[in-house]
Amino acid sequence: MGLLNRVFCLAKAAWAAFNRPAAHLGIGVLTVGGFVAGVIWWGGFNTALEATNKEAFCISCHEMRDNPYADLKQTIHWSNRSGVRATCPDCHVPHNWTDKIARKMQASKEVWGKVFGTVDTPEKFEAKKRELAEHEWARLKANNSLECRNCHSAESMDITRQSARAAAAHQEFLFTGRQTCIDCHKGIAHRLPDMTGVPIWTMPAHAAGH
Amino acid sequence: MMTFRMPRPLRTCLLLAALAALPVLAVPLAAPAEDKAPAPATATTTTPATATARDVAASGRPAFTGAGGQTVMEAPAMPKDVTDDRRRPRNYPEQPPVIPHSVVNYQLDLKVNKCLTCHAREFTGDSQAPMISVTHFQDRDGQVLGAVSARRYFCLQCHVPQTDAQPRVPNQFQDVDSVIRGAHPEGKGDK
Ligand code: HEC
Ligand code: HEC
Ligand code: HEC
Ligand code: HEC
Ligand code: HEC
Ligand code: HEC
Repeated sequence: MGLLNRVFCLAKAAWAAFNRPAAHLGIGVLTVGGFVAGVIWWGGFNTALEATNKEAFCISCHEMRDNPYADLKQTIHWSNRSGVRATCPDCHVPHNWTDKIARKMQASKEVWGKVFGTVDTPEKFEAKKRELAEHEWARLKANNSLECRNCHSAESMDITRQSARAAAAHQEFLFTGRQTCIDCHKGIAHRLPDMTGVPIWTMPAHAAGH
Repeated sequence: MMTFRMPRPLRTCLLLAALAALPVLAVPLAAPAEDKAPAPATATTTTPATATARDVAASGRPAFTGAGGQTVMEAPAMPKDVTDDRRRPRNYPEQPPVIPHSVVNYQLDLKVNKCLTCHAREFTGDSQAPMISVTHFQDRDGQVLGAVSARRYFCLQCHVPQTDAQPRVPNQFQDVDSVIRGAHPEGKGDK
C-alpha cells in the first residue's frame, strides 16, 4: 500500500508541476523542453560540424579557393590512375572526435583571420604561406602523419611494386621509424613556399641569383 | 456531323512522344555527313618524293601534316616516361645524362629546388643519388663555387626524362668509339 501511495503522490506532484501556471515555467516543462532542445542542439551541432567538414565549406573562402585549392588541382591528390580524390578535410581535419573539436577551435582563428584580412590577397597569402605550412608540418610531424596514413599505410605498402628510389627510402627510413611521411613528402598537395632553412630543402644562399 | 475528338490526356501523351522522338529523326540526317568524309589518302603508298617523306616511310609510322604535306592519319598514344631507375650511358662525355626516374610534379622554381634535395652533395648519403658533378659548381669563368652555380640551377634546362616513344625518323648517330672502331678495325687504331 505504501509503495502505491508513494507512486501516486509522485505522479500527483509531477502533474501539479506540469500544470503549474505559465507565469513561472513548470519544472516539468523545463526538463522535457530542455531535453528536446538538447537533442536538437546536439543534432544541429553535429550537422554543423559535418557541414564545416566538407571541401565545399573550405573553398567557400576565396583565400582557400584561390591558393591551396588551385594548387591541389595540379597534383596527384587531385587526379590519378586510381581515381581516388583527396579533399581538404582528408588531410587537414582529424577524424577523431576530440581532435576534431580542437581543430574547429583553431579554425575559428581562421575566421578571425578573414575578418582581419591576414591573407586576403594572393600577395599576403604568399607572404604568410611559409608560416601556415609550418603549422601543418608540425601537426603532421606530431601525429606521425596520421592523415596520410588514413589512406596510405606503411603495412600495406608493397615495396617490390614501388620505384627503386621509393623502395630504398621507405625501407631505410620509414619502416625503421626514423622518419615519417611528412619529413620526406612535403608539397604533395600544394606548391611549396620558400624553403630556406627547412632540413634537406636548404637552398644555397647565392643560387638563382639570391 | 460527328468529328472524332481525342481525349485530352491521350493528345498530351502523343505530343510528348512526338517530342521525344525528334532526336531520333535527326540521326539519319547526321549519318550521311560522316559517310561523305574524304577517304584516307592512298598516295602514301607510292614512292615518297621528298627526303622527309622518305624518312617517314622508312620509320614505318603514320604520317602527319607537315611531313611532306601528307595528311593526318592517327595520333599515337601518349608516350610514357621511362622511370626504371637505371642510369643510361651518355652518347658523348659532355652530354647531360638523361633522367631515369619520375620527375612529375617536382617543384623547381626560384623558391624550391626538389632535385637538390637528393642530388646536392650533402644529401647524397641518404638519397644514394649521384652528386651533381663539379661542373655544376663552376661559374662561367670556371671559378668553383661553394654550392650549385646559378647557371646550373634549373636542372631541367639540360637534363630531361626519356619516353618510350619511337623515333619518327631513324637515328644514324654513332658514338665516338664506334667511329674509331670503324676506322681502325681489330685494334689497329691508336686506342
Ligand atoms: C572563413 C574563411 C575560411 C574557411 C571557411 C576556411 N579557411 Fe582555412 N584559412 C583561412 C584564413 C584567413 C587562413 C589564414 C589564417 C591566419 O592568417 O592565421 C586559413 C588558414 C588555413 C590553414 C593553415 C594552417 C594554420 O593553422 O595556420 C589550413 C591548413 C586551412 N586554413 C585549412 C582549411 C580547411 C581544411 C578548411 C575547411 C574545413 C578551411 N581552411 C576553411 C580562411 C578560411
Ligand atoms: C593530400 C593531403 C592534402 C590535401 C588533400 C590538402 N592539403 Fe593542404 N596541406 C597539406 C600539407 C602536407 C601541407 C603543408 C605544406 C606542404 O607540405 O605543402 C598543407 C598546407 C596547407 C595550407 C598552408 C599554406 C600552404 O599552402 O602551405 C593551407 C591553407 C591548406 N593546406 C589548405 C588546404 C585546402 C583548403 C585544401 C582543399 C582544397 C587542402 N589544403 C588539401 C596536405 C593536404
Ligand atoms: C584521401 C586519401 C589520401 C590521403 C589522405 C593522402 N593520400 Fe597520398 N595518394 C592518394 C592517392 C589515391 C594517390 C595516387 C595513387 C596512385 O594512383 O598512384 C596518392 C599518391 C601519393 C604519393 C605518390 C606521388 C607520386 O607522384 O607518385 C605520395 C608521395 C603521397 N600520396 C603522399 C601522401 C602524404 C604525405 C599524405 C599526407 C599529407 C597523403 N599522401 C595523404 C590518396 C591519399
Ligand atoms: C625517408 C624519406 C621518406 C619517407 C619517411 C617516406 N617516403 Fe614515400 N617516398 C620517398 C621517396 C624518395 C620516394 C620516391 C621519389 C618520389 O616519389 O618523389 C617515395 C615515394 C612514395 C610513393 C610513390 C611510390 C612509387 O613507387 O613511386 C608513395 C605513395 C609514398 N612515397 C608514400 C609515403 C607515405 C604514405 C609515407 C609515410 C607512411 C612515406 N611515403 C614516407 C621517401 C620517403
Ligand atoms: C628522391 C631523390 C631524388 C630526387 C628528388 C631527384 N633525383 Fe635524380 N636521381 C636520384 C637517384 C637515386 C638516381 C640514380 C638512378 C635512380 O635510382 O633512378 C638519380 C639519377 C638522376 C640522373 C642520372 C644521372 C646519371 O649519371 O645517369 C639525373 C640526370 C637526375 N637524377 C636528375 C634529376 C633532376 C633534374 C631532378 C629534379 C627534377 C632529380 N633528379 C630529382 C634521386 C633523386
Ligand atoms: C647547363 C646545363 C646543365 C644544368 C642546368 C644542369 N646540369 Fe647536370 N650535367 C650537365 C652536364 C653537361 C653533365 C655531364 C658532364 C658534367 O658532369 O659536367 C651533367 C651531369 C650531371 C649529373 C651526373 C654527375 C656524375 O658525376 O655522374 C647529375 C647527377 C646532374 N648533372 C644533376 C643535375 C642537377 C640535379 C641539376 C640542377 C641542380 C643539374 N644537373 C643542372 C649539364 C647541366
